[in-house]
Amino acid sequence: MFIPHSDSDKSEMLEKIGLKSIKDLFKDVPEKYRYPDLNLPEAISEMEALQNLKDLADVNFSTDDMLCFMGAGAYNHYIPAAVDSIITRGEFLTAYTPYQPEVSQGTLQAIFEYQSLIAALTGMEVSNASHYDGATAAAEACVLAYHNFRGKRNKFVLSKGLHPQYRETIQTYFQGYENLKIVGFDNPSQMPNDDDLLNLVDLDTAIVYVQYPDFFGRIRDFTKFVEQVHEKGALVAVSVNPMALGMLKPPGEFGVDIVTGEGQPLGIPLSFGGPYLGLFATKKEFVRKLAGRLVGETVDKEGRKGYVLTLTAREQHIRREKATSNICTNQGLIALAATVYLSLLGKHGLEQVARLNFDKAHYAATQFNQLNDFEVVSNSPFFNEFVLKCPLPVEEINALLLDYDILGGYDLSKDYPELENCMLVAVTEAVSKDDIDYFVSSLQEVCHG
Amino acid sequence: MKNPQDLKYAKTDEWVKVEGNTATIGVSDYAQSQLSDIVYLEFLVEPDDEIKKGASIVTLESVKAAADVSSPVSGRVVALNDSLSDEFESINTDPFGKAWMVKVELSDPSEMDGLMSADEYSAFCDDREH
Repeated sequence: MFIPHSDSDKSEMLEKIGLKSIKDLFKDVPEKYRYPDLNLPEAISEMEALQNLKDLADVNFSTDDMLCFMGAGAYNHYIPAAVDSIITRGEFLTAYTPYQPEVSQGTLQAIFEYQSLIAALTGMEVSNASHYDGATAAAEACVLAYHNFRGKRNKFVLSKGLHPQYRETIQTYFQGYENLKIVGFDNPSQMPNDDDLLNLVDLDTAIVYVQYPDFFGRIRDFTKFVEQVHEKGALVAVSVNPMALGMLKPPGEFGVDIVTGEGQPLGIPLSFGGPYLGLFATKKEFVRKLAGRLVGETVDKEGRKGYVLTLTAREQHIRREKATSNICTNQGLIALAATVYLSLLGKHGLEQVARLNFDKAHYAATQFNQLNDFEVVSNSPFFNEFVLKCPLPVEEINALLLDYDILGGYDLSKDYPELENCMLVAVTEAVSKDDIDYFVSSLQEVCHG
Repeated sequence: MKNPQDLKYAKTDEWVKVEGNTATIGVSDYAQSQLSDIVYLEFLVEPDDEIKKGASIVTLESVKAAADVSSPVSGRVVALNDSLSDEFESINTDPFGKAWMVKVELSDPSEMDGLMSADEYSAFCDDREH
């Protein structure tokens, strides 16, 4: 390591403070703790260290080396090169979101644009500046609903088609709420219709949570469903895949109260699971109960347009003990990536990418349905993901597929034991028709090896 | 603005007006002037809620601060002034009139005895000014 002090510099400094050697600086530390044996290997050069790290990294397979049919909440999409080059500009690249309006107009405007895009995409009136990921956004929606009814409604109804990890996150958030019942996801049927949830909705229900497309990839219109839940006075939240909204009816048109989602498909790399982006949009009537940050557009005293944080004073800064959520920050850089991605693609571009996903996934499903031992069992309209019943356990199949440089689909039996041998297959625009054909034939081969 | 003689006052700057067994609750002129311009109001109770003396009934947010309004009396909530949700400016302009907040059916009228008269409250406010 380069240390910018020569021996004469050091002895001059030591002399100044009246010490003989650097060791004297440590004489207040008890002797037996002074120079512990750290059991570390010999020091190596930067060049060697870099090579060591590279060798370790090369042991991994990434989606650059393999065809990826894994989804289940995080998807391998193509990310235009401009996304990275814009978000790594010095003006934007910061670990923290600078909120001071005097010095942060660029960042605040970017967040405002992000909010506007998410509100438009979801068909909702207001979006916050984002949460950490789809799971925390879902939990914050439950927090909003719980406090909206001031704890008087103590039942959450969660769909079996809501991402299992989001359900776990909601349960973690609400540990210790002894009177709270979280129900709905233990429906014994393999892939139940969400209309079954309506039987559980009563006057104690604070929120009903569904997903669109759901965890099994299925899509449906929730308009009537929402009406029926609203008859009981409960709120409806829907977790979305924003990519799918490029071609599907926005959930705002169903009349839902809250839309959350995982923003990762919008130009954010898989990166071993994060950082991702939590989308959160709602109706204007809940804006005061919205967790996180909200940027508003205003004018200064000379009438010039400007951006500021708005509606934050009450709970997070002043009545902290009464705040319903502790989240005061957002995913600044990642939200910016989504903003850049959406701006680059535009409305039609996003629709095109969504259609590519839809068409390729449907092509794959058709190919599988022609085979004897495979069956697409998520028997309803789907977006880019479907449930494939295989002749062998998915774990076994996926291990074998590695030899074909294929990352197979998600093993549903991990979260749903009743879905034995069921693979959740995700098909994105990142694979070609030839890739899909190769996947289908490889899967057939490993099952009949 | 003078503190009306027909009201009783709490140390937490709410006023109470009793008619029969019903208590009407609002915040005083002193309270609104300390808060300055009110920008938001939220009711924390609903009709038929049973509340105890000291319970938070309303949250006020001004350009300067946020504060809870607590009930100086116990009882059952019988009415909310819904018009305030849209016209919270009247809290600043007419705190003792149009800006009443909650009506409560008293469960323990003797609680009124612990409240201040207009003169006592005026003196209490003066003390805090100096």
